[in-house]
Amino acid sequence: MQLIDCPWCGPREETEFCYGGQAHVAYPADPAALTDTEWGHYVFFRDNVRGEWAERWRHSTGCRRWFNAVRDTLTHEFKAVYRLDDERPVLR
Amino acid sequence: MSDQHGTGSTGAPHRTAEGGRVDRTRTLTFEFGGETLTGHPGDTLASALLAAGRHHVASSIKLGRPRGIAAAWAEDHGGLVQVEQPFPEPMLLAATIELADGLVAHGLPGQGRLAPIPDTSRYDSSHLHVDVLVVGAGPAGLQAARVAARSGARVALVDDQSEAGGALLGSTDLVDGAPALQWVAEVTAELAAATEVTHLQRTTAFGSYDDGLVLAVERRTDHLGAQAPVEQARQRVWRIRARHVVVATGAHERPVVFSDNDRPGTMLAHAARTYLHRYGVLVGSRAVVFTTNDSAYAVAADLAAAGVEVTAVVDARPRAPQGWVDRLSDLGVEVRTGQVVVGTRATPDGDRVTHALVGPADGAPATEPEALACEALLLSGGWNPAVHLYSQSRGRLAYRDDLGAFVPAEELAGMTVVGSAGGVLDLAGCLEAGAAGAARALDRVGLATPAVAVPAAPADPADADGEAPVVLWSVPSPADPDGEVAFVDLQRDATVRDIARAVGAGMTNLEHIKRYTTIGTAHDQGKTSGIIASGIVAGMRGVPVAQSGTTTFRPPYTPVGFATLAGRDRGQLYDPVRTTATHAWHVEQGAVFEDVGQWKRARHYPQPGEDMEAAVLRECAAVRRGVGILDGSTLGKIDVQGPDAGELMDRVYTNLMSSLKPGRVRYGVMCGDDGMVLDDGTVMRLAEDRFLVMTTTGGAAHVLDWMEEWLQTEWTDLAVSLTSVTEQWATFPVVGPRSRDVVAALFPDVDVSAEGFGFMTWQDATLGGVPVRLARISFSGELAFEVSVSSWYAQPVWDQIVAAGHPHGLTPYGTETMHVLRAEKGYPIIGQDTDGTITPQDLGMDWVVSKKKTHFVGKRSFTRADTARADRKHLVGLLPTDRETVLPEGSQIIDFREDGVLPPPPVAMRGHVTSSYRSAELGRPFALALLESGRDRVGQTVHVPVGDTLVAVEVSSPVLVDPEGARRDG
Repeated sequence: MQLIDCPWCGPREETEFCYGGQAHVAYPADPAALTDTEWGHYVFFRDNVRGEWAERWRHSTGCRRWFNAVRDTLTHEFKAVYRLDDERPVLR
Repeated sequence: MSDQHGTGSTGAPHRTAEGGRVDRTRTLTFEFGGETLTGHPGDTLASALLAAGRHHVASSIKLGRPRGIAAAWAEDHGGLVQVEQPFPEPMLLAATIELADGLVAHGLPGQGRLAPIPDTSRYDSSHLHVDVLVVGAGPAGLQAARVAARSGARVALVDDQSEAGGALLGSTDLVDGAPALQWVAEVTAELAAATEVTHLQRTTAFGSYDDGLVLAVERRTDHLGAQAPVEQARQRVWRIRARHVVVATGAHERPVVFSDNDRPGTMLAHAARTYLHRYGVLVGSRAVVFTTNDSAYAVAADLAAAGVEVTAVVDARPRAPQGWVDRLSDLGVEVRTGQVVVGTRATPDGDRVTHALVGPADGAPATEPEALACEALLLSGGWNPAVHLYSQSRGRLAYRDDLGAFVPAEELAGMTVVGSAGGVLDLAGCLEAGAAGAARALDRVGLATPAVAVPAAPADPADADGEAPVVLWSVPSPADPDGEVAFVDLQRDATVRDIARAVGAGMTNLEHIKRYTTIGTAHDQGKTSGIIASGIVAGMRGVPVAQSGTTTFRPPYTPVGFATLAGRDRGQLYDPVRTTATHAWHVEQGAVFEDVGQWKRARHYPQPGEDMEAAVLRECAAVRRGVGILDGSTLGKIDVQGPDAGELMDRVYTNLMSSLKPGRVRYGVMCGDDGMVLDDGTVMRLAEDRFLVMTTTGGAAHVLDWMEEWLQTEWTDLAVSLTSVTEQWATFPVVGPRSRDVVAALFPDVDVSAEGFGFMTWQDATLGGVPVRLARISFSGELAFEVSVSSWYAQPVWDQIVAAGHPHGLTPYGTETMHVLRAEKGYPIIGQDTDGTITPQDLGMDWVVSKKKTHFVGKRSFTRADTARADRKHLVGLLPTDRETVLPEGSQIIDFREDGVLPPPPVAMRGHVTSSYRSAELGRPFALALLESGRDRVGQTVHVPVGDTLVAVEVSSPVLVDPEGARRDG
């Protein structure tokens, strides 16, 4: 069981968290202006990255706060955790 | 520990006169296979059996061949037994069972039997957080633990045996010039005195997981047998989170494969040495040692010195280590170089090996093999580092040709492998490696390494002229050229021939060969057979062993009982049970409960002689014609507060909520981004900046999370806070045409008339000084008043309603009746009548979707081509035309068949039944269903296959009772 470093609570076991899918997918400013295809991509399509990718997590049985993380999908290693209003950190 | 009497025990002819770690002052009596035998504290079942001269303890799973004890600990692949007393447990190794008085066991034919009675033992678990975890209390592990402990680090040391020492327990090694076990005692005493050290023996680290998590199982009372205190947990799972793990798990000796290598009496060479030094047991009076390396010479020397007639040391190498040859010569033991064991002979019943058949090692045995008499055939084919925990942590392995073994190839971030587990096979090297491993661990956790002397452990002088080992996986036999009885995995009866078949069938990947031959899939998970199989495969394919590789190591290292893993999480503690504030009352009334998530809800209240159907028909009739009361307290309730509360409601509900006036209630539906219904319920506006959102019982947590997600991740500008108040409020709907009389009697100050207390409004009131909230909400179509009160006052308020209702025939009703009543009105239950693919429009609820709001979650999806299709599934009612059949929920709906016969597949399925009941009001069964273009089919007949018959059903509107809505005001 991995440890996930909640930005508010510190490292906790992964069973305290819920996964929230890809990060930085903004809700469209004007959904009505989108074509069916564009809207369909927003609702149903997400990237499938090999390597580092930014995703959302929620500390569901802890502080219940959402946050973002950069994780390596090959190793599952968390490279960084950051708050929702932070930019995705640039890693070495 | 030494024997005071100086004689072998009666019935234990192979017990030495003295020595070993057993307590000879006490005798334990046990039964094996119907025979009563004795042993001593400190014995294992295996050592006690060997002391009695019993090697043959089991038989093999497929061939039924006799099998014996082949090792002295968990790597044994032969001595599989079933324990019957103190509690039945199958598939245990005699070599790992600590002997206890009254133990009853017998050998197994490869398979055991679970206890037919419940296990009353207690099991528990404990968390441990440490800087450094050391696994293994052999020389490397003890030295590592000592260094780590002296640094002030928080340290755990776990070891699977009954006492610390590891390989030292079965040797004559000296440390700092004294017997090694003195040093062991010194270190363990130091660790016991250190406040930050947790030292656990009888504790097997069986799994290594992410971020330094190691699971270990501690056997706390098994060694006490029937004397185990009942109040003490029998076994405990330790969940150890370590910043750095030092793996000092040692190495397993491995055998060499040859024909008939499974005869009882055939065992690993160092097991025989362990039985001698640790348990005071001679594994036979005559032995042959077959080796490929120097380590087995000490075994031959020690056994010979202890009085065993060692017929010969058969060394596969062309040259033997001269120092050992000289030593053995003094002891009268012959060393044969360049020879191998190619087969064995056994007693007529196969009970015991009698001869080792020896031939030249050059692979061309021209002559008949020579038969060397023996009662014990001791094998040493080299050493396999126990890399299980490292490999489970995804550490790569590398093959070392000089050892013929796979060793760790890299340093993992949180793990260091030391000692024999890392391929270091001499004592001095292991002590050195333990110290170095501790230093590395301390460095990783940011602590300074204290100066600790590494004790001296000079090699045996006989080792001075050592010879390099050779790697020998299997030996061909002229009598068995295919290897039909050359066993690679004894537990699976899998042979060299089986591997040849797999390779012959074209398999090259060891994982495939493993599954084809089943090698490594048994109880021992290939501790001795896995790498031999890899070597044999490499030889057959003509590739390097490194290329053949190993199969994946997976937890657990040794079997762990399910009861142990479950620990306290069983029975009542398996999952929390949620009950409402009036639960005891429902129990008293004889309610039958159903589980709704973790909630216990009263399903119906059967009267004497009633089954559920009768009870529900009675309860339904009472509500529709008189008055009933339901405990609706499990409905989810979310208190929504803040200046932007109305805006949030407008964004998450499909209809307009911000226009709701305080004092009023509105029904609403929530959808996901995809436009599919997520949840539904009523919303009360408590104040300008405050709403109370009611959710379904099952959807409460999800709806709270859903709204919280939007607030935190998208609408961070909205000033709203959300709080679950589900458990703070008890809610009791009083329902039926006579509900007004009951509520009027309870609340004389409240105008309960249709005009004075309108539908979908709420008012504050008091009952006996207790504040309550009254609301006109109906989930049945009948006149209804919901009484909500703080859960603290739930029971007295419930009691007062029941008392006031008595003259009116107030009937308590359960969830089943609630379901029937709502279904008669066509009210869907989200999650039962919907499944995540259903829009509000599919439910016939266009009216709940605002046309005015420019935006709410899901709106854009309603105009997607798929969501706007005309032939989507619609919620409809179904009326079986026989007026008798209650359609099973989940039944498929097919088009009407003139012949009334189900056609051969494929049959086009048009929809399915989602809810189905018998209706007291309609006097017939009915159902709700999702049906393709259902609203266009109202009045048509379709078929529902039920068993072997097609039931004709008429499609109707989902609203079957009071479609005009005439009853809601009474």
